[in-house]
Amino acid sequence: MKLAVLINEGPYQHQASDSAYQFVTAALAAGHEVMRVFFYHDGVNNGTRLTTPPQDDRHIQRRWSALADEHKLDLVLCVAACQRRGLVDEGEMKRNSKDAHNIADGFRISGLGQLVEAGIEADRLVTFGD
Amino acid sequence: MMEDEEYQGGEVKKFLYVNRRLPHGTVYALESLETVLIGAAFDQDVSMLFIDDGVYQLKKDQAPESIEFKNFSKTYRALEMYDVEKLFVERESLEERGLSEDDLLVDVEVIASKEVKALIDQNDVVLSF
Repeated sequence: MKLAVLINEGPYQHQASDSAYQFVTAALAAGHEVMRVFFYHDGVNNGTRLTTPPQDDRHIQRRWSALADEHKLDLVLCVAACQRRGLVDEGEMKRNSKDAHNIADGFRISGLGQLVEAGIEADRLVTFGD
Repeated sequence: MMEDEEYQGGEVKKFLYVNRRLPHGTVYALESLETVLIGAAFDQDVSMLFIDDGVYQLKKDQAPESIEFKNFSKTYRALEMYDVEKLFVERESLEERGLSEDDLLVDVEVIASKEVKALIDQNDVVLSF
């Protein structure tokens, strides 16, 4: 089955990203295709490479980056949600004259159209959040 | 930025946006509306359902400027221009909050709680905010 995933909550504060990660891992292991993981609302905070959790805790961002690298996953952060919350890639840094960028490997910033497109093209769009 | 995204796939699915939260207090209502507006470019078959505290999103006479929040309630009136015309409101949610159809900014179809399941079943993609 062709799946898409929507994550609406930030890391550590909420279990949504953990559950989504476990779902995606299990789906891939079962032979399903995950065509996109879209991060919206505070969910975009999963994509900052400045995340530094305590060493004895799971590293949610790095875990996503590794999974993306291994399975060529398309991890998309909503641009409008990112702009509000200080998530910036190199292009956005230049466009908005910021002095830094903070997007982790394997993530990209794009528009909400990517969410709607995922809803159209996937057999199932599975949401994680409240 | 917000690149112009044109969808060439041609496939039309039935999208239902379920709005369950207050217009202010959290950003879900505003960011849900942004998804609906962007999604309109994809020419899909769109419905919106307002339920629970979500019915307050359509309330007339909102004045969030006093708490320095953007008043985006007028945008619901513009949905028609985006071909988003199927707005459903759950009757019980209105009644529990002492509201009636007359309190709402836009024309809606009021449905009973027991009709909500059928509405969800009729749609292909359900996004709940």
